[in-house]
Amino acid sequence: MAKTLVQEFTKGLWAEIPPFRLVLGLCPTLAITNTLENAYGMGVAVTFVLAFSNILISALRKIIPSKVRIVAFIVVIATFVIVVELVMQAYTYALFLKLGIFIPLIVVNCIPMGRAEAFASKNSIVRSALDGLGRGLGYTIALSVLATFRQVIATGAITIYETPITLFGPAFEPFRFLVEAPGAFICLGLMLGLMNILGKK
Amino acid sequence: MRELINMVVVLTGISLASGGLLASLRASTQERIDQQVLEFVKGPSVRGVFKDATNDPIATRFQLKDGQIVRTFFVGELEGSPRGVALEAAGKGYKGEVGLVVAVDTQTGKVIGIEVTTHSETPGLGAKAKTDPAFAAQFKGASVSSPAKVTQDGGSINAISGATITSRAVAGGVSNAFTIYERLKPQIEQKLKELRK
Repeated sequence: MAKTLVQEFTKGLWAEIPPFRLVLGLCPTLAITNTLENAYGMGVAVTFVLAFSNILISALRKIIPSKVRIVAFIVVIATFVIVVELVMQAYTYALFLKLGIFIPLIVVNCIPMGRAEAFASKNSIVRSALDGLGRGLGYTIALSVLATFRQVIATGAITIYETPITLFGPAFEPFRFLVEAPGAFICLGLMLGLMNILGKK
Repeated sequence: MRELINMVVVLTGISLASGGLLASLRASTQERIDQQVLEFVKGPSVRGVFKDATNDPIATRFQLKDGQIVRTFFVGELEGSPRGVALEAAGKGYKGEVGLVVAVDTQTGKVIGIEVTTHSETPGLGAKAKTDPAFAAQFKGASVSSPAKVTQDGGSINAISGATITSRAVAGGVSNAFTIYERLKPQIEQKLKELRK
């Protein structure tokens, strides 16, 4: 059962990739994957929170009494979320405006909480850090893939940084439906199906 | 008993550390955040009222004390000299405050332009105060010495149909801006004079 350190990192990229395999953290997955910029912005924010909350919780795992562990985890996670919020406000305000409420909502996202409870509170600091980084990166990749698919088909453009880049000529007929809320569900469904087909042995 | 003390001590420790970290981070990012809010929230309106300005009115700004309140003024350069000032004011609308940016030409004492920044008025009716440029354009050229009024109150501003309260709020807000401007006029002119040097 014991995984090597490399496996600890790579499991989050494919085998246990958060939104597709664990089916956790779906609220932002559906809501903000309308442009690529939003998706990786959110991914980076979650990765930061995951990595640092995992490290800190793992470091404190022996001194946090088990009866109040959930409260302690929430304090730690909320602290890092506010750090992300302040930094985003100070340096990437436009992106902060677009992601809006979903940044503070990382506190109640199941991924950091789940990793704190299931992994970081039982494992060493190095393993917890790798676990957090791996899953955060996996989450970022997953959101980016979903967002690229939705944005390209729905608008014929891709936003890498601030301004959208048009990919097709004027003959392109945008399929706006995919950036609306129902389109998000359909795209996520297709992704999950695809992942299941690819994962079948 | 020991367990209880342990719980309290650990939670207090974590919360204190967290609070300290966040307080220091907030203090160190405050200035940049204020700057960003100016740029993204007020920036478009301030640039909107100073369409012909040759400088960046967001970058050229000063603050003045008005009693207890500190007000920010944005300076617009017109025809090569810093003579336009934009200030913020608010009027009481149908569903809360209607925030405004009002730009005044200090040489002629007339309005350069106004723009609605924040409001919670009814979409399609009161919200036109922000979306319909023709309404805001009516204030252009109004003199700061007399308050702006809608036609129903004996003024010259045509109210948006179906949104008299919002229109009054905008006119009232503009008049508020006039009173603030008149009250602080000596200090404003002093600051502008310093900028010319």
